[in-house]
Amino acid sequence: MNDLLTKEKKRLFLLGNEAIVRGSLEAGLDFAACYPGTPSSEIGNTFFEIGKDAKVYFEFSTNEKVALEVAAAASACGLRSMTFMKHVGLNVAADAFMTVAYTGVRGGFVMISADDPGCHSSQNEQDNRYYARIANIPMLEPANAQEAKDMTKVGFELSEMLELPVMVRTTTRLNHVRGIVHTGELGPQRGKGKFDKDPRRFVTIPAHARLGHIKLLERMAKALEVSEKSEFNKIVDMDGSEYGIITSGVSYNYAVDIMAAAGIKGKILKLGMTWPLPEAMISDFIKSVDKLVIIEEGEPLLENAVMVLAKDLKPEIPVYGKRSGHFSVMGEYGPDVMKSAFSRITGMDLMPKDVPKPKQELPVRPPSLCPGCPHRSTYYAAKRALKQNFENAIFSSDIGCYTLGIQEPLNMADFLLCMGSSVDAAGGFSKATDQPVLAFLGDSTFFHSGIHGVVNAVYNRHKFVYTILDNRTTAMTGHQPNPGMGTDGRGDPAPMISIEDIVKGCGVDFIRTVDTSDIKEMQKAYEDALAHDKLAVIIAKRECVLLEVRSRKKAGEFKTWQINQEECKKCQVCIKTWGCPAIFLADDGTVHINESICNGCGICAKVCPFKAIHENEEVRK
Amino acid sequence: MTRIVVVGVGGQGVLFASKVLSEAALAEGHNAVMSEVHGMAQRGGVVMCNICVGCIESSLVGDGEADIIFAFEPMEAYRALAKANKGTRFVTSTSPVVPVVVSIGKMKYPDVEGLFNEIREITPKLTAVNADKLALEAGSYVTANSVLLGALAGTAECPVSKEKLLEVLKRIVPPKTVEMNLKAFELGLKYAKRH
Repeated sequence: MNDLLTKEKKRLFLLGNEAIVRGSLEAGLDFAACYPGTPSSEIGNTFFEIGKDAKVYFEFSTNEKVALEVAAAASACGLRSMTFMKHVGLNVAADAFMTVAYTGVRGGFVMISADDPGCHSSQNEQDNRYYARIANIPMLEPANAQEAKDMTKVGFELSEMLELPVMVRTTTRLNHVRGIVHTGELGPQRGKGKFDKDPRRFVTIPAHARLGHIKLLERMAKALEVSEKSEFNKIVDMDGSEYGIITSGVSYNYAVDIMAAAGIKGKILKLGMTWPLPEAMISDFIKSVDKLVIIEEGEPLLENAVMVLAKDLKPEIPVYGKRSGHFSVMGEYGPDVMKSAFSRITGMDLMPKDVPKPKQELPVRPPSLCPGCPHRSTYYAAKRALKQNFENAIFSSDIGCYTLGIQEPLNMADFLLCMGSSVDAAGGFSKATDQPVLAFLGDSTFFHSGIHGVVNAVYNRHKFVYTILDNRTTAMTGHQPNPGMGTDGRGDPAPMISIEDIVKGCGVDFIRTVDTSDIKEMQKAYEDALAHDKLAVIIAKRECVLLEVRSRKKAGEFKTWQINQEECKKCQVCIKTWGCPAIFLADDGTVHINESICNGCGICAKVCPFKAIHENEEVRK
Repeated sequence: MTRIVVVGVGGQGVLFASKVLSEAALAEGHNAVMSEVHGMAQRGGVVMCNICVGCIESSLVGDGEADIIFAFEPMEAYRALAKANKGTRFVTSTSPVVPVVVSIGKMKYPDVEGLFNEIREITPKLTAVNADKLALEAGSYVTANSVLLGALAGTAECPVSKEKLLEVLKRIVPPKTVEMNLKAFELGLKYAKRH
């Protein structure tokens, strides 16, 4: 049995995301829905693994908006329910999110927003603490794995008490920290819910919406009382009152460490419930210290609120933060940021001495498509079909592994905004220019937000080539199932939804489904598609190589490939146009395959003009 | 308190080894926090995990703060140089994983001995082990991370005992590969003791 399901009180070593799952189980969670997105992905992966044993209904929904609405309905039936998403996922779900604040909830409803300061795996570093303010719902911000568990649990209780959704805002460094968590008891579940009708509350026509807004303000007035007394808002004494630090989330960890290490005297107001802000508590704190330091990754939200309060209470008090230039709105904080800021604030020299400076400039190592990745074959075939038109062609990319088509030697990503933008923007490019336009997006992203773009392109007569890279999984976020795969979020067999039928149903008259390992057929498909006078769809179908290798190894069929040095003419086609990371140019100009990373796809042998690449006899483990 | 930076290339098992190390520290009664990397970087990019054993809140290691730099790839050991100080113990694999800019001939992979010499100018405590070779000797390339864990266990700076590391390793590798991984661990350990 998975440790997360333990009934005993135990000390576990959990990922922040696992701690969130444990917290929800201790709150008696019945219902969860999500679309995967890093840094929140492991929450869904964990439910996928243990959902059945935990008796939680769990689904991978087609996108974040769907997930939030599915979960909100369960909550309206009195079940404790949860949805979780990466920060930009909340942009997708925002429409529903704003109004569920008006209807309020019945069963406790927690929404996890996983922000990504520093853009570890995202297209922006937006600060979703704004969202709690726009929707005006309570927000909690954990600082470590233990709090991730505790705040999730309390989030459900708070939500039910206030009849409001509660947002738990995390950041990458919380989601992906692993730390000690002391578990509590598992909570009682409710099983099936019942929906009691109340149209004045749940049908948000304008007349009802106005009442809903009044109700929301009343509930948030109550939430403020909770925030002022919350166990999560507390003062940590650092032996003095000179410096008053106000902070939330993981920034607290860095602040407390540097104060302890450098002997900086003062106290820390550690805020865990950060909306509504406990203004009375903050005011008392401002009065009790000589100088203020506001430490928060992202936008100066705490800082602005503190400035407003300080202006009346103690107008002369120095406030160190982003406005003063001591901290940045950009990137992730850590020990280095603290040392630099506190050196300038306190006048102490906290910078590390003799930090080694590398003398050599190293080759960069950006992520790249894996050896054997089927997307490489697709890109290669499209490039070949474009011939001299390649430079002029516009490659409209999307969110997933295939964004890595941007890397050398493919150079096949020119435009990307968000999930689904490939196909929508391709329509715009095709109308605005006479350049060839090609959109690329994966199967899971197609179900997420790649369908309405097809309808739009057919309706408005856009002409471009739309490739759906169907690798039979949601690869980038860790191989979650999607509606095209025949498996659901509980691991049960599910109807396999055909991408081809959807596209056909939208009225597309050029649809070609090709196995990506057939390079010739792929190239032919692109030549035909580029010659087509309307939207042309290519479904490039082959399982993600990481999954395929696993099954080939299991079946005892895994073999790698090597280059016969006598047959190789060193033309470097395999390097300069194919670009598999397993193939490399040695210092003496010879070309080799690194067999420790070769995934055995063998396509390089088809690409080689001199047939110099051969499969090894030996079966590898 | 021991601050450890674990670096390598996505797919090499950096996360796995970090987890073994942290779990072993916990099993010995230490506090531990660990920062992991998930998502896009795992696709052949640079992967860095930070482990802090002892009583601090931060899960990140600052410049010049690392007690141990544990590297699965020689160039990545060097890339982490700013985290080191004159007392840092390096344990690194000598087997390069060539990045695409190098394999396509746009840049040269630096001379590994040259990188190691520069590291030695900062700290004499460098353990460099041919993890791929020893892993093959143990049975498969996939045991390279066990070789490296063994090598780490063979240094005086390792914050956890060999026994605890082995105990955790046995528990979390796939049952069929236990024997192979234990052999790899011993080979790494023996190598580190000799060098």
